[in-house]
Amino acid sequence: MENLAIGLTIAIGGLGPALGIGILAGKALEAMGRNPEAAGEIRTNMILAMAFAEAIAIYSLVMALILKFV
Amino acid sequence: MEISLAAEPLFHIGPLVVSNSMLISWVIALFLIVLSVAIYTGYDRFPGKLKMIIEMVIESLRSLVVNVAGEKANAIFPLIATFFIFILLCNWVSVLPGVGTIGIHGEVHGKEMFIPILRGPTADLNLTLALALVSVTSIQYFSIKYLGVGGWLKRFFNFRNPIDFFVGILDLISEFAKIISFCFRLFGNVFAGEVLLAVMLFLVPFIAPIPFLGLEIFVGFIQALVFSMLSLVFISVATSHE
Repeated sequence: MENLAIGLTIAIGGLGPALGIGILAGKALEAMGRNPEAAGEIRTNMILAMAFAEAIAIYSLVMALILKFV
Repeated sequence: MEISLAAEPLFHIGPLVVSNSMLISWVIALFLIVLSVAIYTGYDRFPGKLKMIIEMVIESLRSLVVNVAGEKANAIFPLIATFFIFILLCNWVSVLPGVGTIGIHGEVHGKEMFIPILRGPTADLNLTLALALVSVTSIQYFSIKYLGVGGWLKRFFNFRNPIDFFVGILDLISEFAKIISFCFRLFGNVFAGEVLLAVMLFLVPFIAPIPFLGLEIFVGFIQALVFSMLSLVFISVATSHE
């Protein structure tokens, strides 16, 4: 039962950021396609924004790790 | 397979417990101090490759800070550069062979377990919490420095109209949320990377973990950049007049 809770914690927590990063990368690629000269700048900002979206998944990952190992 | 969320204590200096991650963070801090003093004092004597690399790093960091902060860059730059370089080394040191794998068997809290002598410093919540506290405190410091105490308080307690009042209260709560988000983001990324590497090493001991080492180097760089960029953006938002 506890393992199920741990699995669900990271599974549900990972869902939102996964969608977010998907949308983010899609939009960034669209922007790069429209404006290839700005590709470098867009890529940098994309990676930064991805790190922020990923942070939400990391919170649930930390919770799952705490549940598992403490 | 044993994975410990907390850093393992190695020895005691008086009442101070020295853990394995503390030890390595001291080594990194000492290394950075010695390196920068050597580079600074030997200014003319060795303009070699090392100095070129360090100047390149400092130059690119400085242009980043100037882009965001404008004329306040001189005051903010040392803090941001220190954050970036220290966190980068702390993240990358946990990829080195021997860190987390060489250790002794000892007793922790009455339980027999494996104690690694070295552990990545940012894979310990204490260090990331300390960095987050420094970052959030310096946001308040710069805010008071540029806006004055009155301006600083006005960011949180604004009685002009009800909307500004609630926004101020939300800002006050988000200052505390920043501490949690700073320390959990860094800790979570690096610790999750260590767990991932340990799992990969147990599944396939050879060849297969190599791409994951590359991933860890990339993640370490990105997280150092994110931590310092976020501090920079928060400081420049907190010091600007609305």
